Amino acid sequence: MTISSLTRRSVVTTAAAALFTTGSGLLVPARAKGLAPTPTMRGGSNNYRPGAPIVARIGGGGFWMTGTVRRAEDGAPLEGQRIQIWAHTTEGHERDWHSHGATLTDANGEFRLEMPQIVPAFGQAHGHLAYDGDAFKTVFLRPVMGSSRDTSLRADFVLQPV
Amino acid sequence: MPRPRAVLIWIAVATALLVPFGFAVSSPLLQWRDPVYIGSGIAGVMAMGLLLMQPLLVGGYLPGFKGISGRRLHRGVGALLVGLVIIHVAGLWMTSPPDVIDALLFMSPTPFSIWGVIAMWAVFAAALIGALRHRMGQRLRLWRVLHTSFVSIIAIGTALHVLQIDGTMEPISKALLTALVLGVLMRVIFDRRIWVHFPLVRRK
Repeated sequence: MTISSLTRRSVVTTAAAALFTTGSGLLVPARAKGLAPTPTMRGGSNNYRPGAPIVARIGGGGFWMTGTVRRAEDGAPLEGQRIQIWAHTTEGHERDWHSHGATLTDANGEFRLEMPQIVPAFGQAHGHLAYDGDAFKTVFLRPVMGSSRDTSLRADFVLQPV
Repeated sequence: MPRPRAVLIWIAVATALLVPFGFAVSSPLLQWRDPVYIGSGIAGVMAMGLLLMQPLLVGGYLPGFKGISGRRLHRGVGALLVGLVIIHVAGLWMTSPPDVIDALLFMSPTPFSIWGVIAMWAVFAAALIGALRHRMGQRLRLWRVLHTSFVSIIAIGTALHVLQIDGTMEPISKALLTALVLGVLMRVIFDRRIWVHFPLVRRK
Protein backbone atom coordinates (compact mmCIF):
# COMPACT_ATOMS: atom_id res chain seq x y z
CA MET A 1 0.00 0.00 0.00
CA THR A 2 1.31 3.44 -0.80
CA ILE A 3 0.62 6.42 1.35
CA SER A 4 0.09 9.65 -0.51
CA SER A 5 1.66 12.33 1.63
CA LEU A 6 1.35 15.92 0.62
CA THR A 7 3.99 17.51 2.82
CA ARG A 8 5.16 21.08 2.63
CA ARG A 9 8.48 19.88 1.28
CA SER A 10 6.96 17.92 -1.60
CA VAL A 11 4.70 20.82 -2.54
CA VAL A 12 7.59 23.28 -2.56
CA THR A 13 9.95 21.02 -4.55
CA THR A 14 7.27 20.09 -7.10
CA ALA A 15 6.35 23.72 -7.59
CA ALA A 16 10.00 24.70 -7.94
CA ALA A 17 10.66 21.92 -10.45
CA ALA A 18 7.58 22.85 -12.48
CA LEU A 19 8.56 26.49 -12.47
CA PHE A 20 12.12 25.62 -13.55
CA THR A 21 11.16 23.33 -16.45
CA THR A 22 8.52 25.66 -17.88
CA GLY A 23 10.38 28.87 -17.20
CA SER A 24 13.86 27.81 -18.34
CA GLY A 25 12.86 26.89 -21.89
CA LEU A 26 13.56 23.18 -21.41
CA LEU A 27 10.05 22.46 -22.66
CA VAL A 28 9.79 23.42 -26.32
CA PRO A 29 7.02 22.47 -28.72
CA ALA A 30 7.86 19.47 -30.94
CA ARG A 31 8.82 20.49 -34.46
CA ALA A 32 7.96 17.73 -36.88
CA LYS A 33 10.19 18.42 -39.90
CA GLY A 34 12.67 20.88 -38.38
CA LEU A 35 16.24 20.28 -39.51
CA ALA A 36 18.50 20.94 -36.52
CA PRO A 37 21.46 23.31 -37.01
CA THR A 38 24.94 21.76 -37.01
CA PRO A 39 26.69 22.40 -33.70
CA THR A 40 30.27 23.66 -33.66
CA MET A 41 32.70 20.80 -32.95
CA ARG A 42 35.26 20.89 -30.15
CA GLY A 43 38.56 22.26 -31.40
CA GLY A 44 36.94 23.22 -34.71
CA SER A 45 38.09 26.82 -34.59
CA ASN A 46 41.73 26.02 -33.76
CA ASN A 47 44.14 27.88 -36.06
CA TYR A 48 41.25 29.64 -37.84
CA ARG A 49 42.40 32.69 -39.84
CA PRO A 50 39.67 35.34 -40.18
CA GLY A 51 39.44 36.66 -43.72
CA ALA A 52 41.33 33.91 -45.53
CA PRO A 53 40.88 34.69 -49.25
CA ILE A 54 38.66 32.84 -51.72
CA VAL A 55 40.95 30.65 -53.84
CA ALA A 56 40.54 28.37 -56.85
CA ARG A 57 42.68 25.77 -55.07
CA ILE A 58 44.81 25.58 -51.91
CA GLY A 59 48.43 24.91 -52.93
CA GLY A 60 49.10 22.08 -55.36
CA GLY A 61 45.86 20.20 -54.75
CA GLY A 62 45.25 16.45 -55.01
CA PHE A 63 42.78 16.20 -52.14
CA TRP A 64 39.12 17.24 -52.16
CA MET A 65 37.15 18.83 -49.35
CA THR A 66 33.44 18.68 -50.16
CA GLY A 67 30.11 19.31 -48.49
CA THR A 68 26.80 21.08 -48.47
CA VAL A 69 25.38 24.15 -46.76
CA ARG A 70 21.66 24.14 -45.92
CA ARG A 71 19.30 26.25 -43.86
CA ALA A 72 18.00 24.95 -40.54
CA GLU A 73 14.30 24.02 -40.28
CA ASP A 74 13.44 23.67 -43.99
CA GLY A 75 16.79 22.33 -45.28
CA ALA A 76 16.89 24.74 -48.23
CA PRO A 77 20.29 24.78 -49.99
CA LEU A 78 22.16 28.03 -49.42
CA GLU A 79 23.98 29.54 -52.39
CA GLY A 80 26.97 31.86 -52.21
CA GLN A 81 27.96 30.99 -48.62
CA ARG A 82 31.64 31.41 -47.85
CA ILE A 83 33.34 28.38 -46.23
CA GLN A 84 36.93 28.57 -44.97
CA ILE A 85 38.94 25.34 -45.13
CA TRP A 86 42.30 24.51 -43.55
CA ALA A 87 44.34 21.52 -42.34
CA HIS A 88 47.82 20.15 -41.75
CA THR A 89 48.79 18.95 -45.23
CA THR A 90 51.81 17.80 -47.17
CA GLU A 91 52.45 21.50 -47.89
CA GLY A 92 52.21 23.07 -44.46
CA HIS A 93 51.11 23.25 -40.84
CA GLU A 94 47.60 24.25 -39.82
CA ARG A 95 48.83 27.59 -38.52
CA ASP A 96 50.41 28.57 -41.88
CA TRP A 97 48.50 31.13 -43.93
CA HIS A 98 49.07 29.16 -47.13
CA SER A 99 47.25 26.16 -45.61
CA HIS A 100 44.03 28.22 -45.57
CA GLY A 101 41.57 29.06 -48.31
CA ALA A 102 37.88 29.82 -48.76
CA THR A 103 35.28 28.88 -51.35
CA LEU A 104 31.62 29.67 -52.11
CA THR A 105 28.66 27.30 -52.34
CA ASP A 106 26.88 26.84 -55.69
CA ALA A 107 23.12 26.99 -56.41
CA ASN A 108 22.67 23.52 -54.87
CA GLY A 109 24.39 24.64 -51.66
CA GLU A 110 27.40 22.46 -52.48
CA PHE A 111 31.05 23.38 -52.11
CA ARG A 112 34.15 21.61 -53.36
CA LEU A 113 37.72 22.83 -52.86
CA GLU A 114 40.91 21.13 -53.95
CA MET A 115 43.79 21.25 -51.47
CA PRO A 116 47.01 19.34 -50.68
CA GLN A 117 46.76 15.86 -49.12
CA ILE A 118 45.80 16.04 -45.43
CA VAL A 119 48.29 14.16 -43.23
CA PRO A 120 47.89 13.14 -39.56
CA ALA A 121 48.78 15.91 -37.12
CA PHE A 122 48.17 16.08 -33.39
CA GLY A 123 47.26 12.41 -33.49
CA GLN A 124 44.52 12.42 -36.14
CA ALA A 125 44.18 13.06 -39.87
CA HIS A 126 41.55 15.79 -39.73
CA GLY A 127 40.37 18.93 -41.48
CA HIS A 128 38.83 22.20 -40.35
CA LEU A 129 35.95 24.16 -41.88
CA ALA A 130 34.34 27.41 -40.86
CA TYR A 131 31.19 29.28 -41.77
CA ASP A 132 31.64 32.82 -40.51
CA GLY A 133 29.32 35.01 -42.57
CA ASP A 134 26.84 37.59 -41.29
CA ALA A 135 23.49 36.00 -42.18
CA PHE A 136 23.83 32.85 -40.07
CA LYS A 137 25.34 31.85 -36.75
CA THR A 138 29.05 30.94 -36.93
CA VAL A 139 29.86 27.21 -37.12
CA PHE A 140 33.28 25.50 -36.93
CA LEU A 141 33.68 21.84 -37.95
CA ARG A 142 36.55 19.40 -37.42
CA PRO A 143 35.86 16.22 -39.43
CA VAL A 144 38.23 13.25 -38.95
CA MET A 145 39.29 11.06 -41.87
CA GLY A 146 38.37 7.37 -41.67
CA SER A 147 41.85 6.54 -42.96
CA SER A 148 44.87 8.79 -43.39
CA ARG A 149 45.09 7.43 -46.97
CA ASP A 150 41.72 8.93 -47.93
CA THR A 151 41.93 11.54 -50.68
CA SER A 152 38.72 13.37 -49.84
CA LEU A 153 36.77 14.49 -46.80
CA ARG A 154 33.18 15.63 -46.45
CA ALA A 155 31.52 18.02 -44.01
CA ASP A 156 27.96 19.32 -44.13
CA PHE A 157 26.62 22.50 -42.59
CA VAL A 158 23.09 23.25 -41.44
CA LEU A 159 23.02 26.94 -40.54
CA GLN A 160 20.72 28.83 -38.25
CA PRO A 161 19.72 32.38 -39.26
CA VAL A 162 21.03 35.01 -36.85
CA MET B 1 74.99 -13.08 -12.63
CA PRO B 2 76.76 -14.93 -15.43
CA ARG B 3 78.07 -12.65 -18.09
CA PRO B 4 76.18 -14.06 -21.11
CA ARG B 5 72.86 -13.64 -19.26
CA ALA B 6 73.72 -10.02 -18.38
CA VAL B 7 74.60 -9.30 -21.99
CA LEU B 8 71.35 -10.87 -23.19
CA ILE B 9 69.29 -8.75 -20.78
CA TRP B 10 70.93 -5.57 -21.98
CA ILE B 11 70.47 -6.56 -25.63
CA ALA B 12 66.77 -7.21 -24.95
CA VAL B 13 66.34 -3.83 -23.23
CA ALA B 14 68.21 -2.00 -25.99
CA THR B 15 66.06 -3.73 -28.63
CA ALA B 16 62.85 -2.86 -26.78
CA LEU B 17 63.89 0.80 -26.74
CA LEU B 18 65.64 1.22 -30.09
CA VAL B 19 63.22 -0.59 -32.42
CA PRO B 20 60.19 1.66 -31.70
CA PHE B 21 62.50 4.69 -31.65
CA GLY B 22 64.00 3.71 -35.03
CA PHE B 23 60.57 3.35 -36.59
CA ALA B 24 59.46 6.72 -35.17
CA VAL B 25 62.47 8.67 -36.43
CA SER B 26 62.04 7.19 -39.92
CA SER B 27 58.29 7.88 -40.10
CA PRO B 28 57.07 9.29 -43.42
CA LEU B 29 55.06 11.88 -41.48
CA LEU B 30 58.29 13.66 -40.52
CA GLN B 31 58.79 15.03 -44.06
CA TRP B 32 55.71 17.24 -43.57
CA ARG B 33 56.64 18.59 -40.13
CA ASP B 34 58.92 21.42 -39.08
CA PRO B 35 61.88 20.79 -36.71
CA VAL B 36 60.04 21.98 -33.60
CA TYR B 37 57.15 19.56 -34.15
CA ILE B 38 59.58 16.73 -34.98
CA GLY B 39 61.64 17.40 -31.84
CA SER B 40 58.51 17.52 -29.73
CA GLY B 41 57.36 14.13 -31.03
CA ILE B 42 60.78 12.55 -30.53
CA ALA B 43 60.88 13.87 -26.95
CA GLY B 44 57.56 12.10 -26.37
CA VAL B 45 58.83 8.83 -27.84
CA MET B 46 62.00 9.01 -25.72
CA ALA B 47 59.97 9.76 -22.60
CA MET B 48 57.93 6.63 -23.26
CA GLY B 49 61.13 4.61 -23.54
CA LEU B 50 62.23 5.94 -20.15
CA LEU B 51 58.97 4.64 -18.68
CA LEU B 52 60.34 1.17 -19.40
CA MET B 53 63.72 1.98 -17.80
CA GLN B 54 62.27 3.26 -14.52
CA PRO B 55 60.74 0.05 -13.11
CA LEU B 56 63.71 -1.97 -14.46
CA LEU B 57 66.14 0.28 -12.57
CA VAL B 58 64.26 0.53 -9.30
CA GLY B 59 63.44 -3.17 -9.31
CA GLY B 60 67.11 -4.07 -9.70
CA TYR B 61 66.50 -6.07 -12.86
CA LEU B 62 69.35 -4.54 -14.86
CA PRO B 63 72.80 -6.11 -14.57
CA GLY B 64 75.27 -3.50 -13.31
CA PHE B 65 72.52 -1.41 -11.75
CA LYS B 66 71.29 -3.37 -8.76
CA GLY B 67 70.48 -1.82 -5.41
CA ILE B 68 71.72 1.68 -4.70
CA SER B 69 73.26 2.32 -8.13
CA GLY B 70 69.99 1.37 -9.83
CA ARG B 71 68.02 3.69 -7.56
CA ARG B 72 70.47 6.52 -8.11
CA LEU B 73 70.11 6.17 -11.88
CA HIS B 74 66.32 5.89 -11.40
CA ARG B 75 66.38 9.41 -9.92
CA GLY B 76 68.47 10.78 -12.78
CA VAL B 77 66.23 9.14 -15.39
CA GLY B 78 63.19 10.55 -13.53
CA ALA B 79 64.59 14.08 -13.84
CA LEU B 80 65.29 13.48 -17.54
CA LEU B 81 61.70 12.23 -17.96
CA VAL B 82 60.33 15.46 -16.48
CA GLY B 83 62.50 17.45 -18.90
CA LEU B 84 61.36 15.43 -21.92
CA VAL B 85 57.68 15.82 -21.00
CA ILE B 86 58.18 19.60 -20.77
CA ILE B 87 59.94 19.66 -24.18
CA HIS B 88 57.13 17.50 -25.65
CA VAL B 89 54.36 19.83 -24.46
CA ALA B 90 56.28 23.06 -25.19
CA GLY B 91 57.05 21.90 -28.74
CA LEU B 92 53.41 21.02 -29.36
CA TRP B 93 52.41 24.41 -27.96
CA MET B 94 54.69 26.18 -30.43
CA THR B 95 53.31 24.03 -33.26
CA SER B 96 49.63 24.64 -32.53
CA PRO B 97 48.87 26.72 -29.41
CA PRO B 98 45.05 26.33 -29.43
CA ASP B 99 45.25 22.53 -29.58
CA VAL B 100 47.54 22.41 -26.53
CA ILE B 101 45.42 24.93 -24.60
CA ASP B 102 42.35 22.73 -25.30
CA ALA B 103 44.23 19.69 -24.03
CA LEU B 104 45.52 21.38 -20.87
CA LEU B 105 41.99 22.60 -20.08
CA PHE B 106 40.58 19.08 -20.69
CA MET B 107 38.48 20.47 -23.57
CA SER B 108 40.23 18.66 -26.40
CA PRO B 109 38.16 16.82 -29.04
CA THR B 110 40.66 13.95 -28.88
CA PRO B 111 40.54 11.73 -25.76
CA PHE B 112 44.23 10.81 -26.11
CA SER B 113 45.24 14.41 -25.44
CA ILE B 114 43.38 14.33 -22.16
CA TRP B 115 45.11 11.07 -21.14
CA GLY B 116 48.43 12.68 -22.07
CA VAL B 117 47.74 15.64 -19.81
CA ILE B 118 46.72 13.32 -16.96
CA ALA B 119 49.96 11.37 -17.41
CA MET B 120 51.93 14.66 -17.51
CA TRP B 121 50.58 15.80 -14.13
CA ALA B 122 51.23 12.33 -12.72
CA VAL B 123 54.87 12.57 -13.94
CA PHE B 124 55.26 15.89 -12.14
CA ALA B 125 53.59 14.52 -8.99
CA ALA B 126 55.67 11.32 -8.95
CA ALA B 127 58.88 13.32 -9.48
CA LEU B 128 57.95 15.88 -6.83
CA ILE B 129 57.31 13.33 -4.12
CA GLY B 130 60.39 11.48 -5.36
CA ALA B 131 62.40 14.60 -4.57
CA LEU B 132 60.69 14.93 -1.17
CA ARG B 133 61.30 11.33 -0.09
CA HIS B 134 63.75 12.20 2.66
CA ARG B 135 61.19 14.55 4.21
CA MET B 136 58.73 11.73 4.70
CA GLY B 137 60.71 10.52 7.73
CA GLN B 138 59.49 7.16 8.96
CA ARG B 139 56.54 6.96 6.60
CA LEU B 140 58.43 5.29 3.76
CA ARG B 141 55.70 2.72 3.12
CA LEU B 142 53.16 5.50 2.67
CA TRP B 143 55.66 7.27 0.41
CA ARG B 144 56.07 4.15 -1.71
CA VAL B 145 52.33 3.63 -2.09
CA LEU B 146 51.95 7.29 -3.18
CA HIS B 147 54.83 7.13 -5.66
CA THR B 148 53.56 3.83 -7.07
CA SER B 149 50.04 5.23 -7.41
CA PHE B 150 51.25 8.19 -9.46
CA VAL B 151 53.48 5.91 -11.52
CA SER B 152 50.52 3.63 -12.26
CA ILE B 153 48.55 6.66 -13.48
CA ILE B 154 51.53 7.58 -15.68
CA ALA B 155 51.72 4.10 -17.22
CA ILE B 156 47.98 3.69 -17.84
CA GLY B 157 47.54 7.31 -18.99
CA THR B 158 50.50 6.99 -21.37
CA ALA B 159 49.18 3.69 -22.75
CA LEU B 160 45.79 5.29 -23.52
CA HIS B 161 47.61 8.36 -24.89
CA VAL B 162 49.92 6.61 -27.34
CA LEU B 163 47.70 3.75 -28.53
CA GLN B 164 45.00 6.07 -29.88
CA ILE B 165 47.42 8.38 -31.68
CA ASP B 166 47.94 8.22 -35.42
CA GLY B 167 51.46 9.56 -35.33
CA THR B 168 55.11 8.84 -36.03
CA MET B 169 55.31 5.63 -33.97
CA GLU B 170 54.74 2.40 -35.89
CA PRO B 171 51.62 0.67 -34.48
CA ILE B 172 52.97 -2.81 -33.67
CA SER B 173 56.25 -1.71 -32.06
CA LYS B 174 54.27 0.94 -30.18
CA ALA B 175 51.80 -1.64 -28.83
CA LEU B 176 54.66 -3.97 -27.79
CA LEU B 177 56.51 -1.18 -25.97
CA THR B 178 53.26 -0.21 -24.22
CA ALA B 179 52.72 -3.82 -23.11
CA LEU B 180 56.30 -3.99 -21.82
CA VAL B 181 55.95 -0.75 -19.84
CA LEU B 182 52.75 -2.02 -18.18
CA GLY B 183 54.15 -5.53 -17.70
CA VAL B 184 57.43 -4.50 -16.07
CA LEU B 185 55.62 -2.03 -13.81
CA MET B 186 53.23 -4.77 -12.65
CA ARG B 187 56.18 -7.08 -12.10
CA VAL B 188 57.99 -4.65 -9.83
CA ILE B 189 54.77 -3.87 -7.93
CA PHE B 190 54.30 -7.61 -7.27
CA ASP B 191 57.97 -8.27 -6.50
CA ARG B 192 58.14 -5.43 -4.00
CA ARG B 193 54.72 -6.30 -2.56
CA ILE B 194 53.81 -2.61 -2.48
CA TRP B 195 50.36 -3.26 -1.01
CA VAL B 196 51.17 -5.58 1.92
CA HIS B 197 52.19 -3.05 4.52
CA PHE B 198 48.79 -1.56 5.28
CA PRO B 199 48.05 0.27 7.53
CA LEU B 200 50.03 2.83 5.65
CA VAL B 201 51.46 4.67 8.63
CA ARG B 202 53.90 2.75 10.78
CA ARG B 203 52.53 1.70 14.17
CA LYS B 204 54.19 3.01 17.30
